[in-house]
Amino acid sequence: MSERPHEDMYFHGSGISLRFGGVAALSEVGFQVRRNSLQAIIGPNGAGKTSLFNVITGFYRMDEGDVRLDGDLISGLPPHLVARHGIVRTFQNLEIFTNMTVIENVLTGGHLRVGYGPLDFFFRTPRFFREERKLRELAKECLDFVGLFERRDLPAGQLPFGSQRLLEIARALAAEPKALLLDEPAAGLNMKETAALGELIRRIIDRGITVVMVEHDMNLVMRISDRIMVLNSGRVIADGTPAEVRENPTVIAAYLGEEE
Amino acid sequence: MKSQVLRNNAWLLAFAAVAALPLVLPNDYYLTVLIVGGLYTILSIGLNLLMGYAGQASLGHAAFYGLSAYTTGILAVTYQWPVWAGILAGLALSSLVSYLIAVPTLKLRGNYLAMGTLGFGVIVFIVLNEATSVTGGPSGFTGIPKLSIGGKEFSSDLEYYYVVWAAVLLLFALSRNLVRSRMGRALRAIHTSETAASALGVDTQRYKIFVFVLSAFYAAVAGVLYAHYVTFVSPGTFGFPTSILLVTMVVLGGMASLWGAVLGALFLTLLPEWLRAIEHFDILVYGAILVLCMMFLPGGLAEGAQKAWDASLSLFRKKGAAAEEGGGQ
Repeated sequence: MSERPHEDMYFHGSGISLRFGGVAALSEVGFQVRRNSLQAIIGPNGAGKTSLFNVITGFYRMDEGDVRLDGDLISGLPPHLVARHGIVRTFQNLEIFTNMTVIENVLTGGHLRVGYGPLDFFFRTPRFFREERKLRELAKECLDFVGLFERRDLPAGQLPFGSQRLLEIARALAAEPKALLLDEPAAGLNMKETAALGELIRRIIDRGITVVMVEHDMNLVMRISDRIMVLNSGRVIADGTPAEVRENPTVIAAYLGEEE
Repeated sequence: MKSQVLRNNAWLLAFAAVAALPLVLPNDYYLTVLIVGGLYTILSIGLNLLMGYAGQASLGHAAFYGLSAYTTGILAVTYQWPVWAGILAGLALSSLVSYLIAVPTLKLRGNYLAMGTLGFGVIVFIVLNEATSVTGGPSGFTGIPKLSIGGKEFSSDLEYYYVVWAAVLLLFALSRNLVRSRMGRALRAIHTSETAASALGVDTQRYKIFVFVLSAFYAAVAGVLYAHYVTFVSPGTFGFPTSILLVTMVVLGGMASLWGAVLGALFLTLLPEWLRAIEHFDILVYGAILVLCMMFLPGGLAEGAQKAWDASLSLFRKKGAAAEEGGGQ
């Protein structure tokens, strides 16, 4: 388990199946994501993209299958332990903490990055102050990274929609994940915002983070992804570079032909 | 900057005021009211951590208050335990029971959690009433000794006032440190989105149990202080109406605000006293005041106080600035 996995196998899953009663949401799904790359997952509505995210991050319990990140077995863990192993996600329908300010959201994102216990915070030990200071630096850096630093003290609910998406990303970055799962990050964004998001995602990869993205915006996906996996009815029907996927007749029939 | 300093030290000022208050009170009756107000403040701070911060309802909180009060009373009288030992046992029992309740019920959400805790409160109330041989039943349990620590007995109201408010100060400070830590943020995160909180690595179930037990512990502290002050406990003090009163204190004071918990508790302790003058109509006016507060201060008394505070500060600052300009720079 401790041996370093091959780069192609840095983040991989195999034989993932998920059933809701008699309906198979995912059947024998497998994926391989290279370290420090951007893997996109596309597919028509109901193809199982978000289900796959929910299974990986522990919100759904897969019926069969195996997911590993950097050699660690992830499958079967509850969400907070999945996060502990370095997988953090964002949500298709934003899950911003609206009862907090912008920076407090990001500080919460860094929950696992501070090491102090009840005695430290109840009695304000030097360790508490040291760790909080460190966390605050991290949060500022993450906010700066997505361009929300100026608005750090606003109530998070007052941010416009596009900025809330960025805030969710900043919050996830504060967890310093190995792998970041973005669930439709461009949904609801205008063209300008989407273009900026594309750049932001590439910069996230430059930080050394592996990104997996579910996205409907084909322009964005084709432009920035390293590899694209196509799901249809809970099965993988294609996996390859953007050029390969674009040419794939099965994909065109199942997905691109219908929608684009 | 100056307002920041003031805000950070506002609680020190407030507690200095509390310390000085007995000197200006017209009579001892007010002391009694303020002691009871202090107990409610402890209860309401604890419940606010659970409800206001973590967003988990408890409609049975009076049960933890009662359990510790009865435990320390019964141990001191029936079993002749020293007072301090009974107090520790009362705190321990309430906390333990709250843990046993928390593990299954905190898997429930929203209304179901409220129902679960309500049911627990009713069960405790029935046990206090029916276990007559142990608890004295509906007529209560008498003869509990006054609080004494190391031979020092706190028998006068003035002494007890300081004991209670020292406890308030301590628990307030600890709570304040909690809410300004990673745990405070995690609790507020759980309040709005358990999903997002757990995705960021917060062990939501563990945190909910922790805050539930902590809040029951606060209630237990109030319970033992109550028992050794009043020296008499009866089930009626710890029933469903008390649980509802505590929830009202939290909501009226202001959710997710420690100052709100203090204001809510004191306001609802003092209000019935003020309304005594108008006898038969007091309940009507009491209700009307609650309704008006919630209509015009949805963020609670804490929000109102904050606005008034900010307004007076900015007024003060304007005057200061005007004076400075007038002084000719």
